[in-house]
Parts: sequence; C-alpha cells; structure tokens
Amino acid sequence: MTEFAFDLNNIWFILLGVLLIGYAILDGFDLGVGALHLFAKTDEDRRIMINSIGPVWDGNEVWLITGGGAMFAAFPHVYATVFSGFYLAMMLLLVGLIFRAVSLEFRSKRPMKWWRDTWDIAFSVSSILIPLLMGVALGNIIIGIPVDQTKEYVGGFFNLLNPYALLFGITTVALFVMHGALYISMKTEGNLHEKTKIWARNSSIVFVILYIMTTISTLYIPHMIAPFKQTPILAIFILLSMLTIANISRTIRLSNYKDAFLSSSLSIAILMILVGIGLHPNLVISTLDPAFNLTIYNAASSQKTLGIMLTIALIGMPLVIVYFSVIYRVFRGKVKLDSTSY
Amino acid sequence: MEVELLARLQFAITVMFHYIYPPMSIGLGLLLVIMEGLYLKTNNKLYENMTKFFVKIFALTFAIGVATGIVMEFEFGTNWATYSRYVGDVFGSPLAAEGVFAFFLESGFLGILIFGWKKVSPKFHFFSTIMVSFGSMLSAVWIIVANTWMQTPAGYHIVGEGLNARAEITDFWAMVFNPFFVDTFTHVISAAWLTGASVVIAVAGYYILKGIHLDFAKSSLKIALILACTASLLQLFTGHHSAIGVAKYQPTKLAAYEAHYDSTKPADLYIFGWVNEGEKTVIGVAIPKMLSVLVGGDPNTTVKGINDFKSEELPPINFVFQTYHLMVAIGMALIGLSFLTLLLLWNKKLFDTKNPLIKLYLLILILFPLLPQAGNQLGWISSEVGRQPWIVYGLLKTNEAISKSVGAGEVLFSMILFTLIYILLFALFMYLLIEKVKQGPEEPEIISSEELTEKTI
Repeated sequence: MTEFAFDLNNIWFILLGVLLIGYAILDGFDLGVGALHLFAKTDEDRRIMINSIGPVWDGNEVWLITGGGAMFAAFPHVYATVFSGFYLAMMLLLVGLIFRAVSLEFRSKRPMKWWRDTWDIAFSVSSILIPLLMGVALGNIIIGIPVDQTKEYVGGFFNLLNPYALLFGITTVALFVMHGALYISMKTEGNLHEKTKIWARNSSIVFVILYIMTTISTLYIPHMIAPFKQTPILAIFILLSMLTIANISRTIRLSNYKDAFLSSSLSIAILMILVGIGLHPNLVISTLDPAFNLTIYNAASSQKTLGIMLTIALIGMPLVIVYFSVIYRVFRGKVKLDSTSY
Repeated sequence: MEVELLARLQFAITVMFHYIYPPMSIGLGLLLVIMEGLYLKTNNKLYENMTKFFVKIFALTFAIGVATGIVMEFEFGTNWATYSRYVGDVFGSPLAAEGVFAFFLESGFLGILIFGWKKVSPKFHFFSTIMVSFGSMLSAVWIIVANTWMQTPAGYHIVGEGLNARAEITDFWAMVFNPFFVDTFTHVISAAWLTGASVVIAVAGYYILKGIHLDFAKSSLKIALILACTASLLQLFTGHHSAIGVAKYQPTKLAAYEAHYDSTKPADLYIFGWVNEGEKTVIGVAIPKMLSVLVGGDPNTTVKGINDFKSEELPPINFVFQTYHLMVAIGMALIGLSFLTLLLLWNKKLFDTKNPLIKLYLLILILFPLLPQAGNQLGWISSEVGRQPWIVYGLLKTNEAISKSVGAGEVLFSMILFTLIYILLFALFMYLLIEKVKQGPEEPEIISSEELTEKTI
C-alpha cells in the first residue's frame, strides 16, 4: 500500500467500497434468505420467507447497480477490463440476477403446486449462484489475473476457476447464508423461527470454518500481506474481523438475533475493508507484470469527472440513507402475511 | 458471424426486450398517481380498486424492467469495453446518477407502494406512489442524457491519442443539456405516457366487450384516454422538434430518414416509399415542398442529400427510411385512435356491444398497446441505426468500440442464452398479465395456503 492521500482517486476508492459493502450487507441477506428457501417446507413458510425480503430486496439490489455505474464512471478501465474479461461469468451472473428477481415476483401469483415449486427452486438456485459468482470474481481480483499492457484480460474462462477463487466463492455463499439466516431469525416467530434458529447456528459454524480457511490461504498471497507488514497498525482490522465474527457465534448462542445480525453486517464491512487494504492502490492486479496493474490512478476518469461524481454522491447518498431508514422502519417487526403479500 | 455484428445484434435484442417494460412502468406510474389522487380526493372505492389493480400490473412490468435493465448496465462493459474506456468519464456519470438519484428512489418507495397499504397512512402511501412515479421519470432523464450525448456530444474534449484517446468532461451541464436532450426526453416521456395509457385502454376495452366491471372500465378508460390524447399530440410536437434537431446535427441520419439522394430545395416529404439503394432511387408518394417547410420553416430550405456524404459515413438507407416512416404512421394512427375512442366513450356508443362494428373496435382496443410498443421500438431502431456507423456521432465508430477480449463464440452463446430466457419471460409476462386481467379488480390476488390445497393441480 502506497501513501494514502485524501485525493479524489482515493475518495472514490473508498466510495466504491462503501457501495459494494452496502450491497453485500443488504442484498447479502436477500440472497441468504433465498439460498435457505427450500429448507422451508410449507407454502405458508415459504411465503413468509419471501415476504420478509419482499418490500426491500429491490432497493437493496440497487446498491449493486449503483456500484456498477460508479465503477463505470470513476474507474472505467476497471469496469471495461473486468466485465469483458470475466465475460461468461458475468453472463451467468446476469442469468442469476434475472431469475432471482422474477422468481420472487412470479412465485405466488398462481396457486398451482408445480408452479410454486418450480419458482422456489429457481429462486433458491439463483440466490446461491449469485454470491458464488461474485465471490469467485472477487477472489480472482485478490489473487491477480493476467492483464496485459493494453489493460485487456488475456486469460480464459477456466483461469477463473482456480482453487483460491473457488474457495472465496464458497465462503461468500456461506457468509450470505449465515447473514440471511440471522435476518430471517429476526423476522419470524413460532415454528418457522425454531427452524431458522437451527439454520443460523449451523450456517455460522460452516462460515467460521470457511472463513478460517480463506484467511489462511490469503496469508500466502504476498501483495495482500504487504500493507499489513508495512503499516502494522492496520492489523487492527484483522483483529476486529475476528472479534465481530466471534461475536456472531456468541450472540447466536444467546439467541440474540438482532445483535448477531448487526455483528454479521459489521463483519461483512470489515472483511471488505481488509480486501480494500490489501488491494490498494490497485483495483486489478496483473499476474503478468505489476506495471500492468490497474490502479486508482491509471484506470480512473479525469479529476473533473471524479469531482462531479463526488458531488452527485454527496447529494444523493444522504437521501438514500433517509429513504432506507423510512422503509425499514415501516417494515420493521415480524413478517405477517396479509392481502398485499407476495 | 463476426463479433461486431453479434455484439450489435445482442445489444439490439437485449435493449429492445428491456424497452417493452420501462415505458409501461413510467406511463402506469403516472396513471397510478392520478388514480390514487382521485381516490384520496373523492373517497370513492372505485378508485381504490382501480389503483390496487393497476399496482399489480405495474409491479409485474417493473420487475421485468429491473431484471432486463441490469443486463443493459453490464452490457456496456461486457461487450463494448473499448467504448466504455473511451467514454467512461462522460457516459458513466449519467448512469451512476441514474442509480443514485432515480433507482434508489423508485425501488425504495416501491416497497411501500406494493406492500405498505396497511402499514402507513393513506397520505404517506400516496406520497410513496408519487416518489415511485417521479423516480421512474428521473431515471428516464439520466438514461436519455447518456444516449443523447452519444448523438450530439457536448461539454467534452478528447484527451490522448490513438488507442489511448478518451473523452473527458469539460462542462457537466453542457453535457447534460446537449443539443438533443430536451427534445428527445420530452418525446420519450410522452411516448411512455402513451404506452402506459394503452395498457389501461386495453384492459377497459376487454371489460366492456365482456360486459363486466363496467364502472371500472368507464372510469379508468376516461383517465387513460385523456392522457393518451394529450400524449399523442405531444408526440407529434416533440417529434417534429426532434427531427429539426436531427436535420441540424445529424444530417446523415436525416438523409436516411427522408431518402433524398440529391440535395434539394424545395424538398418533398415522402409519406411512404421504397428506396432502391443500388440505383439510388426512391419510389413513393410525397407531399411537395413539405420537408423543406418542416426542416426550416420555409420551402426554400435546402435539405442535404445522401450523395453529399461519403458512403462509409452513411447508415443503411432503406432500413432507416422504413422504420422511421412506420413510426410516424403509428404516431398519427395513435392520435386518431385516441380521439376517436374518447368520442365513442363520450357519446356512449362504445358500450353498444350489440353493434358488430363496435365489437370489432373493442377488439382493436384490446390490441391497442401494440401500437405504442411498435412505435417505441421503431423509433429507437431508426434513431440508433440511423446514427451508424458512429457509436458516438462524429467521434467514435461502432466497429472501433467492441470488447477486445471477447470472442465471437462467447457472444453467440450469450446472445442465444438471452434470447431463450427472454422468450420465456415474455410468455410468462403475458400469461400472468392475462390471468390478472381475467381475475378482475376486486378479487384478492394471492390464494392463501389453505385454499391452495383445493386449487392444486
């Protein structure tokens, strides 16, 4: 990690991180609830699962859309290199996103069992596929990809399926499943709640194991460790991530799902911060030659654009916080099905 | 097939399918504000049922609009990476603004619109409906900023050379209010209002034909027709202004729209015709001097002909000519049909279902949405094909803009994948829409789990 100055490029590195963290915390639980969907067995329980995220999932997904747009505007070379380089993975991701959206919307609109069962499967599979692909993509960014001097990706598709990236992908799925299980535990009561408690406990165990494996694997990636060696105070984030994750397990044991969900959200943020520290000032690391890395400087838009975008963000994001506070307040509490429900 | 053609074809398929939905959402969104406003004002349960019914249809179009819209945002990066590098500064900003300002607003409040009826006060619910409608139109603002910048680039300069050349913003507001923006935005928005109104018109037509939910049909039809008549006239006005802009800033596109091979004054306006590109002739019916009058307000205005331009900087002529003329024909038909229907509603002849002519007319009303849908698609096709060979008019050619790291095989695969998925989605959309319309405005939509066991197939 080089000198960190509060210039526009660094500000946008952070803002992009904020958008992606926001996405992971919010749509993370939507996807987790989706991944758990088939573990609910009755139609009523499945409707409760869907309605727990029904009013909020679309707004949550917008963090991804805005993140993508921000990447395009602030770091167009990264947007271009990664989206075109990971082409087939991006296409599969789009298929996942399409089916997640329409299964949610279509599922309860007809009463036939075959109709609902089919959409339930589509909903669940897509909710697992999305974080898997995103995790594999991020894993590849962390480990580095072959990028040449014209900023183009020159690997193939199968490059992307390396062990580290696959582990990172599976860990992301586990993280979101745990996060979703904690969310649904907050939103349910009765028999379904008894089930979600078990999901929460089991998924947290799986996640912790995968988190440890991923962390140890990451220790073998020199460019990820270098910033912590250079600036040891940053290791505080590693400590914080361990503490917040340990707190998830603790609060689950105490059946305090609200605090567990908050810890889970915080741990998602801290894990992303750790990734950011490791990558900075790079956004894409080239395994061919570090001179070919895409950095926050050589892959960015002009200063004027970064400035305009910052103004847009400073006006828009506080408004977004207001909208989300209002909406989550309206839909607080346990899910109860009524005539407006999915 | 080579990769540029495949990339263009895929973009065409994905954007055309996507574009079926946002205009419906924008138009229906406005109508929902009117309907719910009337409910709050009159306390008439009829308007409450109307709002709740069309909210369900709105939610359906919105969901597919979102699902297919994400594809578009990603597609600039996946298939047009070189374009993205070149214009990221300028084009990326309105897209990001669309997310920050519009998508959060509409998607956020959508939750309250659909699910919040019993959780918030009627006034706050109405506020949410207004926010969703406003958000949808704000989204149109930013995407049109992006597209019109491609047509009439402004507020930028080019930095770097050769492969490293990029456009960078010099003036944000000049970029936003580039020469085409206002005309294009107003034309697109009035088209969207017309598209939304056409859905309500079709539903009402169906109910009148069947002799059911007649009060509902009459009331909703009146609201929709007033919007349709207004919007169809706005279409004509904004379309005319847009064409004047095209004549000034994109003369090659106008040359293709109007298919005059030699520069002429006074130039005739073809109502319809056929262009023989090989022999450079046009056969058709034309209004004398009309094109010159429209372009410059004066029959002595010279309109530049196709022969004035280098052939490699021209779009395909006949294709653009036909799509453009079809769009205009549809636009005119929509004015006629909207006003005629309003008349038939006003003199109550529309309810005379014993009359075979009226029955036929009602069947046409059920098919009414096909007209604005076709008009939207044809308009965009003629505009986007008409700007070829440019991807940014005058600056970057389409064949210089594709992703370098993506091969033809990959694009063919994804193109087929999207086509199949979209065919499925369209079938499902039509199925669910028709089921909802048949169900009618008063039934509760979701069959509860207890009833499920009886109705299970």
